[in-house]
Amino acid sequence: MSARTAQQMAHQAGDIALQVTNLATRFGSDRRGATVVDGVDLALRRGRTTALVGESGSGKTATALSIMRLIEPPGRIIAGEILLDGTDLLGLDEEAMTAVRGARIGMIFQDPLTSLNPALSIGRQIAETILAHEDVSDAEARRRAIELLTHVGVADAARRVDDYPHHFSGGMRQRVLIAAAISCQPQIIIADEPTTALDVTVQAKILRLLHDLQQEMHASLLLITHDLGVVASMADEVLVMYAGRIVERADVDTLFHHPRHPYTKALLACMAGIEDDRGEPLEPIEGMAPDLTDPPPGCRFAPRCPQAQDRCRAEEPQLRAIAATQEVACLLVQPEMADG
Amino acid sequence: MSSPAVVKEDRRVAERGSSARPQAATARFWRIKSFCRNRAAMIAAIFLSLVALAVIFAPLISGHSPDDADNLARYAPIGTPGYILGTDQQGRDMLARLLYGGRVSLLVGVVPTLTAGVIGLALGLLAGFLRGIIDQVIMRCLDVVFAFPMVLLAIAIAGAMRAGAGTEIISITIILIPYFARLARTATEGVVPMPFIEAARAAGGSRVTIMLRYVLPNVFSPVIVYATTLIGLMIVVGSGLSFLGLGVQPPAADWGAMVADGRVVLRRAPHVTVLPGLVILAVSLAFNFLGDGIRDALDPRTIRR
Amino acid sequence: MGSFLARRLLAVLPVILGVSVVIFLLIQLAPGDTATVLLGPQATEDAKKELRHVLGLDRSLPVQYVSWLGRTLEGDFGESIATQIPVIDLVLPRFVNTMILTFASLLLAIVIGYSVGLFAALRSNSFFDRLTMSITLLAGSAPPFWLGLILVLLFALKLRWLPVSGMQDLAGEGGLLDMLRHLVLPAVTTALGPAAIITRIVRSSVIEALQKPHVRVARAKGLRRKDLIRRHVLLNALPPIVTITGLQLGYLVGGALLTEVVFAWPGLGSLLYDSITARDLPVLQATTLLIALAFVLANIVVDTINAILDPRLREALKA
Repeated sequence: MSARTAQQMAHQAGDIALQVTNLATRFGSDRRGATVVDGVDLALRRGRTTALVGESGSGKTATALSIMRLIEPPGRIIAGEILLDGTDLLGLDEEAMTAVRGARIGMIFQDPLTSLNPALSIGRQIAETILAHEDVSDAEARRRAIELLTHVGVADAARRVDDYPHHFSGGMRQRVLIAAAISCQPQIIIADEPTTALDVTVQAKILRLLHDLQQEMHASLLLITHDLGVVASMADEVLVMYAGRIVERADVDTLFHHPRHPYTKALLACMAGIEDDRGEPLEPIEGMAPDLTDPPPGCRFAPRCPQAQDRCRAEEPQLRAIAATQEVACLLVQPEMADG
Repeated sequence: MSSPAVVKEDRRVAERGSSARPQAATARFWRIKSFCRNRAAMIAAIFLSLVALAVIFAPLISGHSPDDADNLARYAPIGTPGYILGTDQQGRDMLARLLYGGRVSLLVGVVPTLTAGVIGLALGLLAGFLRGIIDQVIMRCLDVVFAFPMVLLAIAIAGAMRAGAGTEIISITIILIPYFARLARTATEGVVPMPFIEAARAAGGSRVTIMLRYVLPNVFSPVIVYATTLIGLMIVVGSGLSFLGLGVQPPAADWGAMVADGRVVLRRAPHVTVLPGLVILAVSLAFNFLGDGIRDALDPRTIRR
Repeated sequence: MGSFLARRLLAVLPVILGVSVVIFLLIQLAPGDTATVLLGPQATEDAKKELRHVLGLDRSLPVQYVSWLGRTLEGDFGESIATQIPVIDLVLPRFVNTMILTFASLLLAIVIGYSVGLFAALRSNSFFDRLTMSITLLAGSAPPFWLGLILVLLFALKLRWLPVSGMQDLAGEGGLLDMLRHLVLPAVTTALGPAAIITRIVRSSVIEALQKPHVRVARAKGLRRKDLIRRHVLLNALPPIVTITGLQLGYLVGGALLTEVVFAWPGLGSLLYDSITARDLPVLQATTLLIALAFVLANIVVDTINAILDPRLREALKA
């Protein structure tokens, strides 16, 4: 079964909130530049968490920014379709897109220490999202901001709503940012490395919060991360990205227990597990991510792949379904139709 | 006292121009190369060299003497044969006046800046390194000068003294010292806490040695950059003083005085005023670009290989 | 706020004292001996000694300073050597005229600087932006008095739109409109240099603020462009802009002094010039003192504005 057919079937089931098809984003000119998102497909289902995994520079953040249409020159989206409830976001004018941002798709960014405006109170920064999309009074927006703050776990919200960002710790600031992102009950939440900049103990709490909110709102969560531990605990479905392309898609159990793409396997091998034998050294992946201004021919992972063969360097692998819940972009992997 | 806003500005200037690390000869070589790649700065450097040469060798360039008043050749426009830049209302050759006048104008810009630079650097270094009472006394005294708008004090000092180029030089030197001192002090404050200074102290260097061998070279860069830009500004300020009649007296003239001379014949012979002003503008711009080029060349962040 | 201002004023007192010392010492720089100047070179040595004693010039310098300070605090600046009029009467009306010119220039510099700078920043690297950068570079490097003359050449002599010089005050025949006509060229001339620098700092400050991460976060919330620029860009770009604007005050005042001479604007600047030409030292002293004091006060106002705008300093204000 091809990847396309699987998606169409799910779409007809009415389950899909956001459908991205063949998204491509390029930085620089046509002659000199890099296509950092190169033909990415993804589908976010209601109530489910999809993780987008990859190393720095793989294009994960660029994908998220492209969905939000926050790519700025010298970058531009050069191809693709992003369907939100049947409307192609790439066809909307800026005013219409502004109405979508924050209201129907909410985004949480990576570094809470720089994501808040130091000159405005946090209450203001939550309320302004509400005021931008709904016709309510300032007082009402403020009231809802206090409610949201309490909901995301900020104690004594009524008093703290007028405090400034520098009064808060990193974890608290991230809660504020989450409150702002969900303030208008968006169907889609995109979280770009929401816990990377936080302490480990705080990380777990923030992830828990995101999970609870998502369940409550029955929203779709696109979780971008490079941390496989986060993926294991949060995701329903995982997309592995490398050099601008999706190389493997699987549900979380299948990915961890039966990874098929060499890159995915290597990533999992990099991780240190608590049960691992201390005597065995960690295995890093040889080489470096390719320079996308001049990508290698054929499979982009071939230069670093321990199993690479000549045809890998000649032919570009496409994402193919090899099992009911797994797709891989590798020439060396055979579909196992028998597994079902 | 210097307001906190001004101190912040100084810190930015000091950081931008400084390369607080132990200096190495190879590092200096790369910086000269990096400067050469800055086209505007190179053009400015060449232009200023040409101006300096022209002014020094004035008699070789213009056949006329700047005081030569020829009644028959008055108000000659630009391009008149024999008077390539025209003449003024007394028939004096504009080119000659610009060249000879340039000697004074350039001197009035360069000498006070360099003098104030040396004195200010010393004061700021002492204040920033020794701290304590010396720092307080020096800074309080300088604060008094900062209380005046720069130009006002220059005019007042020069106005009280006897007019002349020397007066202008003294006046401008006095008003500039505090600016250099403040910059040097801020830069020194930035360098002193650095680890390699601590290492030098631990190695047993005397205070004087540390100050001169380790702190001074690193404070030098922002001061040099600042000085270059200031030379251009002081040429403008100096010409302002001359415009008010506080500089060399007639028949001698520098660029500022020439602008004042041309005022009375503005309608009939605008070039008498326009030309000296253009020259001041060009030289001031050139020093500006030169200063930018030196700053970028000295900034470790912009070194390219 | 009250205690902040009180502390600031207290701190500035020693500076003002120092300023008075400098101005007192200015006289000492003057060449020649006062008694000779007043009595003429023919006077006998005894007559000069007598005059010096009467004027108190034979006392020690610190004593002279204290008595001068005392008189000054009472408003007695002595008499103009040239006209015998009490200096205070000469100076005060001129002060108002200079204030008019300075405020008009400041307003112009701010309006031009902020609007052009913002425009250039929002369209950075466009043709308009590069043109603006070139013009500001030229305007900032040109001698202001020369620029004034160029403007006179263009607008007053060639085009005849505006008067060449002078000033009609509000009580004159033309009234407000006439004064404004006379104000245009001097104000523009004085404003050009500072406006150029302000434009550059506004531009660079806004461009820097636009690149801050929280701007992207605000865009992701779906805020409209207008609100975004206002609340998330401009508010954060403001502090360095205000700082630099404050620093321009010094150049503005200096420029105003020169402009008054070029345009014969009857303010403190042209009075200063006249007093220098006539070697009228009491007037020179009084004029310089007044301008310096006004400048010190203006700087306190600027510092206070700076403090109000920075939320972190605001808390220090409440202390």
